[in-house]
Amino acid sequence: MIETTLADPRLVEITLNGETALAHADATILDVCRAQDVDIPTMCFLETLTPFNSCRLCVVEVAGSRTLIPSCSRTVEVGMEITTESERVANTRRILYEMYASTVDLSLSDDDTRRWMAKYEVKPGRFGEYESHRKVKIQDDLYIRDYDKCVMCYRCVAACGTEAQNTFAIDVAGRGLSSTISTEFDVVLPDSACVYCGNCIGVCPTGALMFKSEYDMREAGSWDESRQTVTTTICSFCGVGCSLDLHVQDNRIVKVSSPLDHDVTDGHLCIKGRFGYAHIQEEAGRST
Amino acid sequence: MPESTWSGATARTSADDHVAYGGFHAAIAQRRLLLPALHAVQDSVGWVSHGALNYISERIPVAPAEAYGVATFYDLIATEPLPRRVARVCDDIACVAAGRTKLITDLEAEIGPENTPNGEGMWVRSPCLGHCEKGSAAFIQRAGEQAITIAPVTANQIAAILDGEPTTMATPPVVASSFAGLARARAMGAEAVREEVVKSRIRGRGGAAFPAGIKWNGVADASGDTKYVVCNADESEPGTFKDRWLIEQDPFALIEGIAIAAYAVGATKAYIYIRGEYREAEILLTSALEVAGDAPGIEIEIRRGAGAYICGEETALFNSIEGFRGQPRQKPPFPTTSGLFGAPTLINNVETLVAIPGIVSDGGDAFARLGTEESTGLKLFCVSGAVTDPGVYQVEFGATTRELIDLAGGAQGEVRAVLSGGAAGSFLTEDQIDVPLTFEDGRDADISLGSGAIIVFNTEADMTAITYRIAEFFAHESCGLCVPCRVGTSLQLDIVGRICEGADTDADLYDLDNIGWVMRDASICGLGHTAANAVESALRIGLIGGKT
Repeated sequence: MIETTLADPRLVEITLNGETALAHADATILDVCRAQDVDIPTMCFLETLTPFNSCRLCVVEVAGSRTLIPSCSRTVEVGMEITTESERVANTRRILYEMYASTVDLSLSDDDTRRWMAKYEVKPGRFGEYESHRKVKIQDDLYIRDYDKCVMCYRCVAACGTEAQNTFAIDVAGRGLSSTISTEFDVVLPDSACVYCGNCIGVCPTGALMFKSEYDMREAGSWDESRQTVTTTICSFCGVGCSLDLHVQDNRIVKVSSPLDHDVTDGHLCIKGRFGYAHIQEEAGRST
Repeated sequence: MPESTWSGATARTSADDHVAYGGFHAAIAQRRLLLPALHAVQDSVGWVSHGALNYISERIPVAPAEAYGVATFYDLIATEPLPRRVARVCDDIACVAAGRTKLITDLEAEIGPENTPNGEGMWVRSPCLGHCEKGSAAFIQRAGEQAITIAPVTANQIAAILDGEPTTMATPPVVASSFAGLARARAMGAEAVREEVVKSRIRGRGGAAFPAGIKWNGVADASGDTKYVVCNADESEPGTFKDRWLIEQDPFALIEGIAIAAYAVGATKAYIYIRGEYREAEILLTSALEVAGDAPGIEIEIRRGAGAYICGEETALFNSIEGFRGQPRQKPPFPTTSGLFGAPTLINNVETLVAIPGIVSDGGDAFARLGTEESTGLKLFCVSGAVTDPGVYQVEFGATTRELIDLAGGAQGEVRAVLSGGAAGSFLTEDQIDVPLTFEDGRDADISLGSGAIIVFNTEADMTAITYRIAEFFAHESCGLCVPCRVGTSLQLDIVGRICEGADTDADLYDLDNIGWVMRDASICGLGHTAANAVESALRIGLIGGKT
């Protein structure tokens, strides 16, 4: 509990799961919950992006509200009474996961998703087992797009657009269940505005967007995260100073990422930092 | 002479490639022109090609991927080649309820199957076109010619137009209005006008029934130099046609209502967002605006929808005007503080705004004396389906559904079911038919007044097919933004399909119930919140299911 008083005008008093708490007036419910170690599942939310309100997994009960409230985007208000775990909330989240599982291939989703699905005893086949029906888009040597795994969280669209790269190579096309992430007229990536920064890969929660190197290794059955190490370094291509996490397996770089909480990058990179590592491997190959 | 085509030159010059005035902000503000630009190409060519999309993208400017996302969002914009003439033929529930199923079979016999080009024409089924009182309706898009709505229509007429027979819409001439209510409003002052609206206790007529006075004061009190008034004329709820009817009766009443609203809340610009299929009403409004000239005292821009039910949701409507995909925004913030272009915005339904000149002229108290304590004034109801005289009926709040059906000349045949509130509403039980249609009685008896649609079905109607059509409607119209609605409407359709075939299981019914409340509890907007109403009520009163 934060030891402070309401004399501070930036603080509001709320009730979180029956206990009084103080929160910054511009904090979201999710911010407060995370600060208080109250666990909330998320899928479309990412700290570095504006909430898009698509997954609805972070919903909580707010007294006086007819419907459940997405905690990622709702700012706290004075006297707000919030309940984060109840039968109503749990059932909703469970059914939402079951809806996902019937329409998306969640096999490569993050650990958090697996943990919550186990906690809520989600039955993935409840609304029908998901059947793969889209071809993996492999249009270059840098990354692949497997929209069978896409949960339409819009993170990649945001990262490609105003939230990071301002390239606008992709957007959502179509409507309803058949809507999909697409370039204009579904042109191949090399013909689109894509600059191969790979920031869409960096924010994808389900492995729908993936380094071609990782995809090839998974296809060959050689991808093994238990044998991988992560080396943190600074990108040497220019003077910005982006932090790089080099994921290395069998002494070869298989993927590059950047920490979300890094001041310089917010997790975002450019084509050089993200994909410009081939020369290192070549050197290594020549020296042995 | 303009230097480049960016500033109005008719031919490209070398300056086109390197002159840009106004900078980045002026350029991105032009995004609001995206949907009108897509309309322009669609209207003249019949579809939006890759080249056309790129040209629009370059000129606005907007990224091609984003323009494509917007174009593919709307039913009336095609991104694949279509025949030059496409007839969108209503086969929705109000038409089926009225026994108008012959048109579809006639079309199949005369022109061939749906969605199949035949010469330069093609026909497809359409959600309710909002001409339920007139008869079977068809909205026909024609490349290079004015699109046209015909109701009642026959298969022969449609076939002739698809073959290229010239047809124009007969729109009645508009006669100038005196705008007496507006003059009175200006004499009273903005604050006094808002006071009368508060006193009238009028609630929004679009479906959500929010007290208009609170909204008006909210916008007036909100800080900001730029404020908007938006008239929601995107009437798309199946079985609803009152807004179209109001505009056709007197477009000036709407313009006057908007002008008074703009004056009362201090708005700097007004928009009318009219349903894309309501071309006739749009032409009337355009003529009326020309005749009105400067009289409204505010610029009123008409924006045409492009075939998306969701754009009737206020925040989706804002996104559509702004040139984005017509998807709803999470509220709060509410439109009164952050609406169109992020500015304080008053958004009201056509019927609400049309009532305003009367409230100003006669006083809010006079208005509040009509109706009941919580539901003041007169209300329009759209009675359609199996009744003798389908149409728009105006009653004082307090009439029952049964009384409205009697007003419409009574039911034709034996009544099997009554749907109140359109696809987003619910099928009424025998008891509910005698409940006064007020907001308070409706709330107590669990009846949705919604948009004021009352569709009557007799024993000839196939209620399983009707329910399936409603489920299909929501699966088609869900924008796809949030998971409960995107997946839920589709799962609901699957299960209703199994129920209709008698192939459902107990688990299906349990799942349907679960899906219904997750959509209601966790969706982002009203579409998801109401998508399960009709199906659930059909099950509850035994219109479908019950095979055991």
